[in-house]
Amino acid sequence: MTTEVLTTTGAPLLQVRDLQVTFTTPRGRVRAVDSLAFTVEAGRTLGIVGESGSGKSVTSLAVMGLHRDAEVGGSIALAGQELTALSEKELSRLRGRKMAMIFQDPLSSLHPYYTVGEQIAEHYRVHFRSGRAAARRRAVDMLGEVGIPEPARRAGEYPHQFSGGMRQRAMIAMALACEPELLIADEPTTALDVTVQAQILELIARLQQERGLGVVMITHDLGVVARVAHEVLVMYGGRAAEQAPVDALFADPAHPYTRGLLDSLPRLDDSDDEPLRAIPGSPPSLREPAPGCAFAPRCAQAAAGTAQDRARCADVRPALEPYRSPDRLVACHFAGVPADAAGRTPANVPVPGPATVRPQGTDPDQEVSR
Amino acid sequence: MTTLKPAAGPAPAPADGSAPPLVSVRDLTMTFPGKRSATGRRGAPVRAVDGISFDLAAGETLGLVGESGCGKSTTGRMLVRLLEPTSGSITFDGRDVTHLSQGALRPLRRHLQMVFQDPHSSLNPRQTVARIISDPLLVQGWAAGDARRRAAELMDLVGLIPEHIDRYPHEFSGGQAQRIGIARSLATSPRLVVADEPVSALDVSVQAQIVNLMERLRRELGLAYVFIAHDLSVVKRVSDRVAVMYLGRIVEIGDKKSLYEDPQHPYTRALLSAVPLPDPAAERRRERITLLGDPPSPAAPPPGCSFHPRCPKAQPLCKTERPALTVAAAGPATREVACHFPGD
Repeated sequence: MTTEVLTTTGAPLLQVRDLQVTFTTPRGRVRAVDSLAFTVEAGRTLGIVGESGSGKSVTSLAVMGLHRDAEVGGSIALAGQELTALSEKELSRLRGRKMAMIFQDPLSSLHPYYTVGEQIAEHYRVHFRSGRAAARRRAVDMLGEVGIPEPARRAGEYPHQFSGGMRQRAMIAMALACEPELLIADEPTTALDVTVQAQILELIARLQQERGLGVVMITHDLGVVARVAHEVLVMYGGRAAEQAPVDALFADPAHPYTRGLLDSLPRLDDSDDEPLRAIPGSPPSLREPAPGCAFAPRCAQAAAGTAQDRARCADVRPALEPYRSPDRLVACHFAGVPADAAGRTPANVPVPGPATVRPQGTDPDQEVSR
Repeated sequence: MTTLKPAAGPAPAPADGSAPPLVSVRDLTMTFPGKRSATGRRGAPVRAVDGISFDLAAGETLGLVGESGCGKSTTGRMLVRLLEPTSGSITFDGRDVTHLSQGALRPLRRHLQMVFQDPHSSLNPRQTVARIISDPLLVQGWAAGDARRRAAELMDLVGLIPEHIDRYPHEFSGGQAQRIGIARSLATSPRLVVADEPVSALDVSVQAQIVNLMERLRRELGLAYVFIAHDLSVVKRVSDRVAVMYLGRIVEIGDKKSLYEDPQHPYTRALLSAVPLPDPAAERRRERITLLGDPPSPAAPPPGCSFHPRCPKAQPLCKTERPALTVAAAGPATREVACHFPGD
């Protein structure tokens, strides 16, 4: 299989370096992704976690070369081949064949006028120049492999005749029909019921194991990340907040945002006795990026620091630096310092002052955006 | 702030007959006519809610969980009478409201309010916050000046800045817009608020703010909530009791803590085991019950127990006989389960 080719080149399956994605809008330029770097190895899953505007979906579209109107800077290498230098024609030969993507809403990626089987077969024929009969057989095989009962009959049905879970299976069948090495899954289970989500996550894990797929799983759900990812990239405001192996991230979150997210989640294994520890405020607007840390206005750590600390968080962008072990990176001036930072440094007395401090006793989510 | 207090004090009594329940639902059913096809022929009618019964005490929160199409939203809409039930009854504060006309409902409307999922699409973009929040008061006959003052009070109550009263919804973030929706629902000092997926459209980091806000308001105002959500972790957090719905019926209902710790219905067990935990070590240890297939369509429910085609424990009896919702012999006394073979 194709993974053997990779091991001979020695390059990771996907290597992204210094990725920048900039959109030009009528109201100015927006840098949606900045200074992002990550790798995905064959057979591994990278989970990218973030909220709306964090840049996680923009990143996946950039890797697929699907941003027509954006400037994409930096380097994206698939099995050693640089993608940013390729023409649209060369890219379209790779898309589907070497890397494939599945989306949150399968209906938007399936054509309503063609049967599911025709669409998978078409995809296969384009990349392998096979005959119609062979492509048709391939489509039925793939539908069977992703767990669709009676695949020969279902191949002749239209997308609207499939349920949500079955559509997502069909989309996975189409994505994997040409044996790609990299699968990018952008919130693949967000629109599905939880019992169906469990089925789809299991399916992706099985196919990954059988085929040695590298997977990028983009999600807002930390539970999904904990279930499927080997490595995790936490994004905030278009940048990496933290990158770590999955166990280390959940056991010892280094960035105050990661810690805040984990603390704020209602959990099945929680006693519910105390109020949730909510993160104040809302995710930042990319139109007016802060000069310093994008999370600073919502950060408990920054708020508990001295006036000097707060100024540093607000004005100086923290670099992504190793944290405790070489495979962990975090972008925070005060990474790993306990959040109740009152005793952080001997001379640390919280000073009232700068705008990052909220008046006591008022509710946190009160700033109007713009 | 005393004006914000509803008539009844917060008295979260269990609905076991010790106090008359605020809401009493009996055999509630909602049947929608089938969709018209291109040839003009109607499909089979869809029984979205199929004979459900429960009580809700004043100041209590009932969580309604289930997957898409289980009838939880339809139930919520019937409770506030946005939909008129096909059969069965809804009693609110001792009064049968099942088939009241819109005119007869109006005086009661102030007690029955609703919070919707998508905060921005449930607020009129052309109205200021002042107008949005005071509208329900104007309908109830308040003077404009009083209503505006009340709107400012409510903004403060839900954590918005009252000076922003003349702004428009687009000037607020998603979390703030949901606060406006909550303020509107509280304007008339309701006793029951039905919240249909109030946090699922919000960013993860903002959800906790709204959950905490709703809990605080319940404590301060003695509200009763029906909290509808597909997220079992959020429902566990806010509810006193939880009802699990499947294909228009309640399959299990009971005290929150005991239901989550010791689910009796195979569907509840599968649902809980399917929720991904934000803990990789626990995820690897966990044994998951993976259900096969999708929830069936309410237009063509299976015979017998409607869960039997997906149930890992199904027996021949389950295919023919529909189990009634009763207290299981081996289960906790506060629990009702609709299953022939509940428990392990």
